[in-house]
Amino acid sequence: MTTATFRIWRGTGNEGSWEEYPVEISEGMVVLDAIHAIQTEHANDLAVRWNCKAGKCGSCSAEINGNPRLMCMTRMETIDTSQPVTVEPLRAFPRVRDLVTDVSVNFRMKKSVTPFTPRKPDAADGTWRMKQEDVDRVQEFRKCIECFLCQDVCHVLRDHHKHDEFIGPRHFVYNAALEMHPLDVADRTSDLKKRDGIGYCNITKCCTAVCPEHIKITDNAIIPLKERVVDEFYDPLTRLFRIFMPKKQEPAATPEEIGKVIDG
Amino acid sequence: MTVSEVALPQQRKFGVTERRDNWWFKPLLVFLGFSAFIVYSTWAAFQGVNYFYGGLEQGGADYLSPFYSPLLWGEARAHPWIGVGTPSFWPEFLPFTPALLILWAPGGFRFTCYYYRGAYYKSFWMDPVNCSVGEPRKGYRGEQKLPLIMQNVHRYFLYLALAFIGILLFDAIKGFIFMNKDGTHSFGVGIGSIVMLLNAFFLSMYTCGCHSFRHMVGGRKDCGSCSGPCGSAYKAVSCLNGKHMMWAWISLFWVGFTDFYIRMCAAGHITDWRIF
Repeated sequence: MTTATFRIWRGTGNEGSWEEYPVEISEGMVVLDAIHAIQTEHANDLAVRWNCKAGKCGSCSAEINGNPRLMCMTRMETIDTSQPVTVEPLRAFPRVRDLVTDVSVNFRMKKSVTPFTPRKPDAADGTWRMKQEDVDRVQEFRKCIECFLCQDVCHVLRDHHKHDEFIGPRHFVYNAALEMHPLDVADRTSDLKKRDGIGYCNITKCCTAVCPEHIKITDNAIIPLKERVVDEFYDPLTRLFRIFMPKKQEPAATPEEIGKVIDG
Repeated sequence: MTVSEVALPQQRKFGVTERRDNWWFKPLLVFLGFSAFIVYSTWAAFQGVNYFYGGLEQGGADYLSPFYSPLLWGEARAHPWIGVGTPSFWPEFLPFTPALLILWAPGGFRFTCYYYRGAYYKSFWMDPVNCSVGEPRKGYRGEQKLPLIMQNVHRYFLYLALAFIGILLFDAIKGFIFMNKDGTHSFGVGIGSIVMLLNAFFLSMYTCGCHSFRHMVGGRKDCGSCSGPCGSAYKAVSCLNGKHMMWAWISLFWVGFTDFYIRMCAAGHITDWRIF
């Protein structure tokens, strides 16, 4: 059993300071266990958001030694405890108290994205047919647990605070899941360029590096979406080509047609 | 999008971070690697000599430096495509070498490549210097506005790069044609032939793993199985794309080395060894 010193950001809003706490480290411990030990032994008013402790709810996001991580998935044996272990709240969102931040801006960003708009059903019973290989591509994006670590590490939000003009990596993943879905017929490229600010991404791949679900955010979501924006707005050849061979605009299913599936 | 009543944490100053690892090491390595290539390629482009090893005249094979291929204007013995010497439109006050006519195309392809963009924004522009490390500037325009919005021209450089691959492959094949003592030609393999073939191969792996190429061959379609060969091509390009950074570095190093090898042979510093 060894003792590690934890240096934790304590405070309300942006007012606060670093506080140090000793924690006994045992085999198999994760950072969230250490935070709970601090709550139990030293500071029972320490605010921390957590839920599943299995890396699936995305609640316990924080910056551990400067790296955005899930506290429940960061094992203590991977951390150098010869120096104090720093734990601070996410920096891309307003701080509420201690390690808790207000991530509600993400929910508003998500609401602004055009929702799933399926084509008309393939069968009379209101169902569709898709091949597994076509679903596989978007399946990667559905692994997202909305921990917002990618939003936190993205310097456009973190350092430049462009929350008004840029929806961030998480919501590009969400856009990609919809835009590349084989059934979806909505066109989000105009929104991606104008409202969602995809051009602000300068492909540093920090979002990919921190994703606990190992989604290749930059390569598989953001860059393909950037290419679709180029098709639509910056490529005169593609536009010329479209004059002669226009994109097929499939009609979307009506709520009644989709309702057949839901109602059974 | 209103964030909250509570203000966001202040932007950290340049280089300020809680990270404990050597976060500066990788950007520094990239900076040194790119700088070395830029210095060498600029020097080689302005040389204007020793870019062609006329091996056929000496019982060997002809090798043309990739920095000078396609040779539009140049030495007569290197069989330029258009003319010998300096083109008439070239301003007299500017130094001329054949590389200056063509290097903008592969240079532009690399400059606008998605991998290189991310790498040099970090290493040269420090925007950011590394993930969750403070930046030197407060303002930010990204690629949303001028001038970096021009990076969207990448796919046009891709079209040129694909043509260059064909030309370099043709040069590499010519590197396997050797002159016999009786004046006839036959198949042969020299160190230079292998160097040039590998150059074309590495550049193909890099170019065909390009994100724009991936989009072009099938990524733009939502239904891969409905797209026939596009679906298979997308899968193949995706495999290469997964290692795009690796191929970017290998091909960058090897194209420089190919020029260096041919330059050394042409200057007579080393003799091209015929293996077969």
